[in-house]
Amino acid sequence: MNQQKEWPLWEVFIRSKQGLDHKHVGSLHASDAEMAIQNARDVYTRRMEGVSIWVVESKHVHASNPDEAAAFFDPATDKVYRHPTFYEVPAEIKNM
Amino acid sequence: METIIDKSLEELFEEKIANEIRIEPKDWMPEQYRKTLVRQISQHAHSEIVGMLPEGNWITRAPSLKRKAILLSKVQDEAGHGLYLYSAAETLGTSRDQMIADLHSGKAKYSSIFNYPTLSWADIGAIGWLVDGAAIMNQVPLIRTSYGPYARAMVRVCKEESFHQRQGFEIMMTLCNGAPAQKKMAQEAFNRWWWPTLMMFGPKDSESPNTEQSMRWKIKRFTNDELRQRFVDMMVPQAEFLGLTVPDKDLTWNEAKNGYDFGDVDWEEFWNVVKGNGPCNKDRLSTRVKAHEEGAWVREAALAHAQKRAQREAEKQA
Repeated sequence: MNQQKEWPLWEVFIRSKQGLDHKHVGSLHASDAEMAIQNARDVYTRRMEGVSIWVVESKHVHASNPDEAAAFFDPATDKVYRHPTFYEVPAEIKNM
Repeated sequence: METIIDKSLEELFEEKIANEIRIEPKDWMPEQYRKTLVRQISQHAHSEIVGMLPEGNWITRAPSLKRKAILLSKVQDEAGHGLYLYSAAETLGTSRDQMIADLHSGKAKYSSIFNYPTLSWADIGAIGWLVDGAAIMNQVPLIRTSYGPYARAMVRVCKEESFHQRQGFEIMMTLCNGAPAQKKMAQEAFNRWWWPTLMMFGPKDSESPNTEQSMRWKIKRFTNDELRQRFVDMMVPQAEFLGLTVPDKDLTWNEAKNGYDFGDVDWEEFWNVVKGNGPCNKDRLSTRVKAHEEGAWVREAALAHAQKRAQREAEKQA
């Protein structure tokens, strides 16, 4: 069997239409960024799912640690006053 | 000490499964869960890729330009499905090269349906209608499978699959409304594909050792027999609409269970094809291996080209 190294893995992000964010859709292998964008078009936008594509080599993505998710995101859980529903507004007050 | 930590991670995992919280790539998961998924997702991917072969066989001989364009597009979709699935499997820590090596060595399986030949154009209709119909039946519940990347891949696959089934049904309908010879062609294709399609749901529940654990982990949502029953109940009225006869003398409506009773699948044939002795097993695998080997220089050249360009870019910067 051949010993050839795999093409690097790329993460693909697609903007489905102007005005929306790019969203992660999956990954693919390609030898360079240009090929990754072309392959992403063929693999992920065969039915006009996108108007713009980003590709990022997977090795450059850094992620938070899921095992520490509870502690990591915990500081936000007891700060209900960050939400508008925390505050009482009299019924007479409109448009707030 | 370590076992205590492991246990709590496992409890956390079980809790997520119980609460219908999806498992994501970097989450802790039992080794067996990971292995089961790698096996299932990679086999699913291989099925999409090998599945291109029986249909690709008819691209040059499609009866009209419209049918050719449709078939080409369908086969391209199958390649896409294979790629979504390979990339989902890769999030579990396996590599593309490894999966392809396992396919080529025969270690990894693919759906045995693709080891049957496509003898006439009607087979292309039958595949779309029956085989893609069965695939949809298998795949729709997988949209709710417990592993996130697999579930997301299935959303895309299912969306695209429904065109596949409809184009197949349309081919069958055209043949069934055509000349007697065309109708006969459709019936013969139906006869060829009906039983192998029922085999696509896998062995009987009583002989499917992985089902129980997969159901517990919510990888699978329905058993093989449940899905097979649903498929028969769905397809019989469609066959009747086409004026085709289901090639099963035991097929009868069972009012009590509100479904059809049907004959037993030839399990000997099923296992025989799984073991590599179907009509096209050798041909399918050798075609894949040949394509992979003959494409090696392209992959190497593309990599060399990318390296050269990166190097030039670096020199310019310096």
